[in-house]
Amino acid sequence: MEIVRPKTLDEALQARAATPGAELLAGGTDLMVEVNFGRARPESVVAVRRVEELKDEEARRIGAGVTWARLESSPHRALAQLARTVGSPQIRAAGTIGGNIGTSSPAGDGLPWLAALDAEIEVASRDRGVRRLRWDEFFTGVKRNALAPDEVILAAILPDDVPANQEFAKIGQRNAMVISTVSACVARYDDGTVHVALGSVAPTPIRAPRAEALVSSDASPSEATLAEFARLVSEEVRPITDHRSTEAYRRHASGVLARRLLERCLARC
Amino acid sequence: MLIELTVNGETRVATVSGAESLLNVLRNELRLPGSKNACEQGECGSCSVELDGELVCSCLVMAADCDGSEIVTVEGLADDEWLHPVQIALVEAGGVQCGFCTPGFVVAAAHLLEHNPHPSREEIEEALSGNICRCTGYGAILRALESLTGGAA
Amino acid sequence: MTAPTRTRVRGGIGESVARPDGIPKVVGAFAYASDLWAEGMLWGATLRSPHARAKVTHLDVGPALALDGVWAVLTQDDVPGAPTFGQLQRDQPVLCDGDVRYWGEPIAVVAADDIDTARRAVAAIEVSYEPLDPLVDPEEADARDDVFHRMRIRRGDAGASGEIVVEGYYETASQDQAPLGTEAGLAVPDGNGGVDLWATSQWVHVDHEQIVPCLGLEPGQVRCHPAGIGGAFGAREDISLHIHLCMLALRTGRPVKMVYDRAESFVGHVKRHAARMWYRHEADADGTLVKVQARLVLDGGAYAHTSEAVLANAAYFAVGPYRCDNVVVDAAAARTNNPPCGAMRGFGAVQACFGHEAQMDLLADRLGIDRLELRRRNALEPGDPMPTTGQRIEGSLPTREVIDAVEEIPLPAEFTGDDPRLLPGGTGLTTPPDRVRRGVGYAVGFKNLAFSEGFDDYAEARVVLTTEGVEVHTAAIEVGQGLVTVCQQIARTVLGIEQVVFVADDTSEIGSAGSTSASRQTQMTGGAVHQAAVELRSRLLDEYGGDDLDGEGVWSGDELVVSLADVCAAGPVEQHVRFRHPETFPTDENGQGAPHAGFAVSAHRAVVDVDPDLGLVRVVRVDTAQDVGRILNPIAARGQVEGGILQGVGLAVLEGLVLDQGRILNNSFTDYLLATTLDAPDVEMRFLEEPDHWGPFGAKGIGEPPTISSTPAVVAAIRDAIGHHLYRVPVLPQDIVGL
Repeated sequence: MEIVRPKTLDEALQARAATPGAELLAGGTDLMVEVNFGRARPESVVAVRRVEELKDEEARRIGAGVTWARLESSPHRALAQLARTVGSPQIRAAGTIGGNIGTSSPAGDGLPWLAALDAEIEVASRDRGVRRLRWDEFFTGVKRNALAPDEVILAAILPDDVPANQEFAKIGQRNAMVISTVSACVARYDDGTVHVALGSVAPTPIRAPRAEALVSSDASPSEATLAEFARLVSEEVRPITDHRSTEAYRRHASGVLARRLLERCLARC
Repeated sequence: MLIELTVNGETRVATVSGAESLLNVLRNELRLPGSKNACEQGECGSCSVELDGELVCSCLVMAADCDGSEIVTVEGLADDEWLHPVQIALVEAGGVQCGFCTPGFVVAAAHLLEHNPHPSREEIEEALSGNICRCTGYGAILRALESLTGGAA
Repeated sequence: MTAPTRTRVRGGIGESVARPDGIPKVVGAFAYASDLWAEGMLWGATLRSPHARAKVTHLDVGPALALDGVWAVLTQDDVPGAPTFGQLQRDQPVLCDGDVRYWGEPIAVVAADDIDTARRAVAAIEVSYEPLDPLVDPEEADARDDVFHRMRIRRGDAGASGEIVVEGYYETASQDQAPLGTEAGLAVPDGNGGVDLWATSQWVHVDHEQIVPCLGLEPGQVRCHPAGIGGAFGAREDISLHIHLCMLALRTGRPVKMVYDRAESFVGHVKRHAARMWYRHEADADGTLVKVQARLVLDGGAYAHTSEAVLANAAYFAVGPYRCDNVVVDAAAARTNNPPCGAMRGFGAVQACFGHEAQMDLLADRLGIDRLELRRRNALEPGDPMPTTGQRIEGSLPTREVIDAVEEIPLPAEFTGDDPRLLPGGTGLTTPPDRVRRGVGYAVGFKNLAFSEGFDDYAEARVVLTTEGVEVHTAAIEVGQGLVTVCQQIARTVLGIEQVVFVADDTSEIGSAGSTSASRQTQMTGGAVHQAAVELRSRLLDEYGGDDLDGEGVWSGDELVVSLADVCAAGPVEQHVRFRHPETFPTDENGQGAPHAGFAVSAHRAVVDVDPDLGLVRVVRVDTAQDVGRILNPIAARGQVEGGILQGVGLAVLEGLVLDQGRILNNSFTDYLLATTLDAPDVEMRFLEEPDHWGPFGAKGIGEPPTISSTPAVVAAIRDAIGHHLYRVPVLPQDIVGL
C-alpha cells in the first residue's frame, strides 16, 4: 500500500491527481472499520490530517479537516449540538466533518444540518480548481456523492444568511455511541422562513418542503397547525424498515421530532 | 513499510503492513499488548490510546499514518516507581473484574483528568461513554474516579 | 530474642480485599488468551457457512493450501477421532459434515504465518453450497417434534381452578453474553503427539472431556490450562475454537493461535435462548395462587449444547418464588437452524421470570390487590414445597424479606433541571422535560445454586503450606468475578496466614473444579478451599499438640509450639479435597423430586423515565435486595450485583439478536447495543445475610440473581409510565409508542 502524508493542500491535490481514487483518510473512523473487517484493502491512501488549510473554521466556512471535538464548541448552535452526539469521545477526537460528508451515509449526523442551512460542499482538484456543489447536488445516494476521483473535499460553505435560531436532535436506542434511527435539524430565519431537514429517513438527507411552507412566516402557529406540520413531515420522509427500526416508527418519530425542534425555535422568538 | 513514532516516550520503528491499524502494530509489532481488541470498530474503547495528545481508538487509526506521531498507551501511564492514580483508584474501588476494558478506561480516565481535574459525575459519564464494560455495570469505575476528583456532583 | 506475637490476619473474609490480579490488569500486563504468544506460532482462521441451512456441494482446500505461508487447511475429513462433540449430547460436528445447520457453522480451519494470510487462505478455499430452506420458527419445530428435549411438570391437581384467571403470552429475544474478550486460544504441540491448550473457558475439565475423543488421543496427552479470560457469562461454557486449535497444532507441529473477531464471536459461541411463553395464572379472590400453567418454547438453535439443562431450569422456575400447589408446565427446547444457544447468566430462569412477574402484576391488578402484597401473600419460604418440583426448601430463602427490603429503599427524587444526560434520549436532545413520564416497577425472582438433578457436582482444591506461605491450587476458572480473591480470603481466615497465593492448575495437575457458572464457584471451590484449609489446620494442631495456627506457626495458649518454617522443613504440607454439595436427585416423569442443592432469591425495583411519544427510556435507578447468605467481599459482591443488573437492563431495553432466516443481522457492537456509562442506572442494594445450609461461612452464590428479576422490573416500570401492556423484551421504541 502506498501512503502520502501531505502537509499542504497543494500536496494533497497533487497526490489525489497522481492516483485518482486513492482513499482520502482523515480520522479513519469510517474507512478503518472497512479495513479491519477485510472489506477494504486500499492500495493507495492520501492522509490529510496534517493539512492545516483544511482545518480553518470561520463564520461561513468549516474546513473538512475540523474534528467533531472542535465542533462541539461551534458558534453554530445545531452544529455544536449534533457534534456532541457523533460516536464517542474517541470518535469525535479523530472524526472530521469532511469525513462525514465524504462517507455520505444516510445516517450521517452532520448531513441534516448542511441540508437545513442550504450549505454547499466545496471541493477542489489539481487540474480543474475549486468548485462548489449544493448539498443536494453533492449527496446523490446511499454512500454516494458527486466527488470526482481526483478531488478533495475542502469545506462546508454556508450561505450569507445563517439563522442563529437552529436546533438539532437525534434518536437512537442508546444514549451514547449510536447510529441515528431518525435525526432532524430545524432552522428558523429572521423573516420567519423555516427549514426542516431530516436524516436516516431517505437515501440522502432531505428537506420537507410542504411542512416548511405550512409554518414559514407563521410567528405563532396554532396547535392544529403544529399537528399538521408534524403530519406533513411524516408524510414527506421516505424511511425504510431495517434491523435498527421500522418505517412506521421512523415516520411517526420524524413528525414528533421536527415538531419539537420547531417549538424550540419558536420559543426563542 | 517502516514508520517511526514515539511510543510512551521512546522512539520506536515499526514495520507496517498495508492499511493495518495502529492497534495491530502496537500489539503485534511493538509488543505492547495492553491495548485490547474487543470490537475493531471504535464501539468499545478497549483500544484507547493518546495520539498526538488526543484520545482515540487505536483500532481506527491507520498505522501508516502515524509516522512521526506520539502515542501513549496504558503501558506508559505508570512510571518506574508509581502507578497512575487512576490505576490505583480502579483497583481499590473494585473497578476491575475481568479487566479487558480496563486499559481503555485507564487511558480515557487519565486523559479526562489531565484536561478536567474536577469533572462532575455527568461529565465523567459522558467522557467515558465511549468505553464499554460488561462486568462492572460502571458503578465501581465511576466511584473510583469520583474518589480522585473530589466527590459526586 | 523477642517472643513472636499474635496478630489478627488481614485480608480475611468480610473485607473488601483488592483482587490479586488487579495491578497487572490496570497496567496492561495481564495475559489474556488473546495476548498469548509462542515462538514459531501460526495463526488460525475459520471458514464459516454463509447459509443457515445448506448442503455443501463442493469443497476444495487446494487453492488455499497453495498459498505461500499456509501450513494447514483442515476439514471434517481431517478430524482424527470422534467426528462430533457436545457437552450433553455429542451432536455437533467438529467441522461441517456436509450438511450446514446454522449460519456461521465452521466448514474448515486454516493455519498460516500471520492473520492476514490466514484470512486470505480462508477466502481462497473453493466452496459451493446448495442453500435449503432453514427452519427458524421454534414453534414449528416443536410441532414437528424436532426438539432437543421436553420437560413436563405436573404437580397437584391439573383440573384445579381459581376464581380469577389471567392469561398472557410473552417473548424474550436471544441475548448475547458479549464478553469483551472474544474467543481466543493457543495450542502448543508437545512433540510427543500430545498438545497443551490455553483457551477461553469456563470449565477446563469438561472442555478436555470433549476435546480428547475428537483428537483420538489418550486423556493424558491433552492438557487444558486455565488462561486469562475477558469475561464469560455463559459464552465459554461450551466448546468453540478448542478442538480446531488442537487439530491445527497437531497437524502443523507448531503452536497455533486463534482469536475470533467480534462479528465472528457473535456466532462463534452459544447465546441465551429466545423464548416464547404462554402462561395461565388462576387465583382466589384473596390472591392465593391456585394453579399456574405454562407452556414454554425455547429456541435451542442447531445443536444441543446445554439446551436440556437450560430448559429444565426454565421449567423448574416457571412459577417463581411463590407457593402454588397445582402446577402444569410443558416446555420444549426446539431444534432450529438458528445459531446454537446455551448458557447465559440466569440460565432459563431469566426468561421464566419475565413471564411470571408480568403475570403476577396482571393478576394483582385484576384482583385489585397491591402488586407487592400479592407477592408477599404467596411468598415461598423455607420448609415450603417448591411449586414445580415439590422439593422442600432447605436452607435460607428470605422471599418476603427481600420484597420488604427493596420497597424500603427510598425512591429517587423526581427529575429536575434540563441536563440532557439525565433525560430520555440523552445528548440526542430528543425529549423536553415536560414530556417525561416516570414509572416504577417491581419484580422478584429466584434460581438454584450449583448444579442439579443428581449431577455429581464437585470441586477439587489443594491447599499447600510452604515456607513462603500458602498456595491454593484449583482448576476453577476466574472470569473476572473475583474467585481468585475469595479463595485467598477463605484460606487466610481459616489458617490465620496472610501470605496466600492462588495457583491455577491445569487438567493434568488437579481434578475438576466444575464450571464457573450457576453462581457456584464461591460455594463449591470456596467450599473446597475452606474444607481443605480446615482439615490442614486440624492435622497440624493434632500433630503438634497446638490449639491455634497463624503466620508464625502452631500455638498452644501463648506459647509457639513450632514455627511454620519448621513445619515445612521437610517439604510442603498439603491437603487435597474434593468438595460436594448436598445430594440432589433427578426428577420423575412429572418433574417431581428434589433436584436442587440450594436457592437464592432477589427482588428488584426499577425507576424509569419515559418519553411516550418517541418510546425512549432512561433507566434512572434499579434497586435490589438480594439473598446472599454471607458476604465474603463487599466490594466484589457489589460489583457482581451492579454488573448483573446492567445485563438485565440490557435485555429489557437494549439487547436482542435480530435474526432473519437464521442469519444474525446485528452481529456487531454498532447494532448490538451494550449499555454505556450514560445508559447505566444508579443502583442501591441491600444484602440479606441469612446463611445457607452449605458452603463456606454460609455464603451463597450471588452472580445470577441480579440478571433475573431486574429485566421484568424495568419492563414493569415502563408499563407503569405508559399505561399499557408490553409483552416482549427488549422493549423497543416502537413497542412503547404502539406502532
